[in-house]
Amino acid sequence: MASSSSFLAPSSTSILHSKKDLGLSAFTSTSSISSQRCQKTGFRRICCSVAAPQQSQRQPSTTGSVKTAMTMTEKILARASEKPYLTPGDNVWVNVDILMTHDVCGPGSIGIFKKEFGNDAKVWDREKLVIIPDHYIFTADERANRNVDILRDFCHEQNIKYFYDIKDLSNFKANPDYKGVCHIALAQEGHCRPGEVLLGTDSHTCTAGAFGQFATGIGNTDAGFVLGTGKLLLKVPPTLRFVMDGEMPNYLLAKDLILQIIGEITMAGATYKSMEFVGTTVESLNMEERMTLCNMVVEAGGKNGVVPADSTTFKYLEGKTSLPYQPVYSDEQARFLSEYRFDVSKLEPLVAKPHSPDNRALARECKDVKIDRVYIGSCTGGKTEDFMAAAKLFLASGKQVKVPTFLVPATQKVWMDLYSIPVPGAGGKTCSQIFEEAGCDTPASPSCGACLGGPKDTYARLNEPQVCVSTTNRNFPGRMGHKEGQIYLASPYTAAASALTGYVTDPREFLQ
Amino acid sequence: MAFTTTTATTPQNLTAFTTSSHKPTLPFSSSHSLTFPTHPTKTLTSRAISTSNSTPTRIHSLFTARATSSPSSNETTFHGLCYVVGDNIDTDQIIPAEYLTLVPSKPDEYEKLGSYALIGLPSSYATRFVEPGESKTKYTVVIAGANFGCGSSREHAPVALGASGAAAVVAESYARIFFRNSVATGEVYPLESEGRLCEECRTGDVVTIEMKESKLINHTTGKEYVLKAIGDAGPVIEAGGIFAYARKTGMIPSR
Repeated sequence: MASSSSFLAPSSTSILHSKKDLGLSAFTSTSSISSQRCQKTGFRRICCSVAAPQQSQRQPSTTGSVKTAMTMTEKILARASEKPYLTPGDNVWVNVDILMTHDVCGPGSIGIFKKEFGNDAKVWDREKLVIIPDHYIFTADERANRNVDILRDFCHEQNIKYFYDIKDLSNFKANPDYKGVCHIALAQEGHCRPGEVLLGTDSHTCTAGAFGQFATGIGNTDAGFVLGTGKLLLKVPPTLRFVMDGEMPNYLLAKDLILQIIGEITMAGATYKSMEFVGTTVESLNMEERMTLCNMVVEAGGKNGVVPADSTTFKYLEGKTSLPYQPVYSDEQARFLSEYRFDVSKLEPLVAKPHSPDNRALARECKDVKIDRVYIGSCTGGKTEDFMAAAKLFLASGKQVKVPTFLVPATQKVWMDLYSIPVPGAGGKTCSQIFEEAGCDTPASPSCGACLGGPKDTYARLNEPQVCVSTTNRNFPGRMGHKEGQIYLASPYTAAASALTGYVTDPREFLQ
Repeated sequence: MAFTTTTATTPQNLTAFTTSSHKPTLPFSSSHSLTFPTHPTKTLTSRAISTSNSTPTRIHSLFTARATSSPSSNETTFHGLCYVVGDNIDTDQIIPAEYLTLVPSKPDEYEKLGSYALIGLPSSYATRFVEPGESKTKYTVVIAGANFGCGSSREHAPVALGASGAAAVVAESYARIFFRNSVATGEVYPLESEGRLCEECRTGDVVTIEMKESKLINHTTGKEYVLKAIGDAGPVIEAGGIFAYARKTGMIPSR
């Protein structure tokens, strides 16, 4: 692989241990890892903001002696299970800070909750449950619509505080409570907080790890259990550490980083493990980029992903959450299963070719792949920053797209940003104006959209065996609809570049 | 195939965490040590024959039979045809997203999910898991390669397999959420093989799984294969699933 020169072999000789060896390959990195309590000179800036006294509860916690050194994930679970110390492999009952569910899995989870705890049972905490319809919303499918009704009935019955309801499907703006894609809504509404445990009935719940918390996806039965008890039995995962250093090249985005990693460790490379992302590059990422990074942890089989909280995190959270939180950081002596190091300056824009997220290839090596359409949307690639990136590339080119280009903002807020925030260097133009000039489709109603196909009338669904470059997270057969559809996963830059040429295209063709 | 859908597997009791029949949750890593007895009212002993296992565990649990064995017997046996799939069969192939409007806890929708099990497999799979027009599968066991069930957390995936009438999956390895959901719902036993059974067996082979002996017998080829034993999910399975385990340990009140 051309980019393999940028990838140094893992420091540990045994990357993937069997269960018996979990947690035993200990090593500490010799280079400075800013995720720790910082005494390192290069990161004084971060140190200062972490020590900022505005909220005393933001003191990073420490474990004390070296022999109880833990990783971030271990610490979060230890605190949530009220234990002083945990090691990978421990099974513990964990207090859940937030449980999220949506229209696809909510009804089933509610069914189990009522069956197990009784029809008249009450949820463990009406303020810790966040119910977000987002998957199959703008459809005529009766069952899909009914499922949102089921959520509504339950929320009324239980007096659930956070229910982002939608009733008028013909006009999303007529629904003031409606948000859109759950993982983005959780972040935007301040439900993600460092150090907490967030579970959701969706595999991409791991997105919230960007906030330095433990976040993972669970099924209906586990969710039903949490609804009644506020707890879940979890096994502590060992941690793989990914150190990314160097200045992020202007043609790369977090999507390229995570595609690089998944391609490296494969789709099962992180099964049952935590993925911790550190390094100067990670620190330079804004929250939405960090979310993209953590979002696709599940595509490597990962249990959860974490990025240590820092000033970027705290700033994002200002005004969003009124609840106190306490970030945690991996101890210097914490043991990691393996460590991977990347010099991002050597990485190139990537795609994941059909039909798996680890089918990594350089975008420039796929330039002969003719495409039929481009899709920009989803929790992975439909956030404000994702659209900004696409807009920047369209702006740099000044040309029009050659294939249908679908834009699906993740949430109402994102949609509004597209129409209001001026794109840097665009003389005051907004994303929506740039998209219009480039000939893209009008930004659609915010939801999960066609990322996972959905009911047949879903906007931008792949109903024919076409080739699509997409900013989404999975490209398995039939993922966006048609079984023979060919999906190339890519960053917003790569997606935009491809739209302009009608072929899979390296964004450096337009960004210099 | 005669699955008696007793309380444990009917949709109303999909979680089957009732006092008499429990589906275990297996919140733990499946890798390398899983054989697992999720089916309710089946008393299951599992002894590790495989050398890779740390300690042999005898599991005793009360599960409903979903196969030919009688309830509360000391052995679980699955016997029937096997259906073979490859590596990385993701949840979109097991149950495409367009069917996720079906709510598993509603009986009629549960049945419908079963009819769509594995419908997402590409057309290179000429033999379909559920024949067009049918609502149940004729295959008792799904034999798979690595990372079975990767992708989404949708519990509809193991539910669809169970609702279709399949009893067990024997895979080289599992994705964690699918594995955990299989245990939680008890819809299919997620067993782990030693080596790649997907290369040894062919769709339509007649197989028997002897849970007590942790082995799979392929009658068509005459070969036997070792299955991996359960790991430290024992206490939860022994209790009968996460709800039962929680009741037993006083975490939630008994019913």
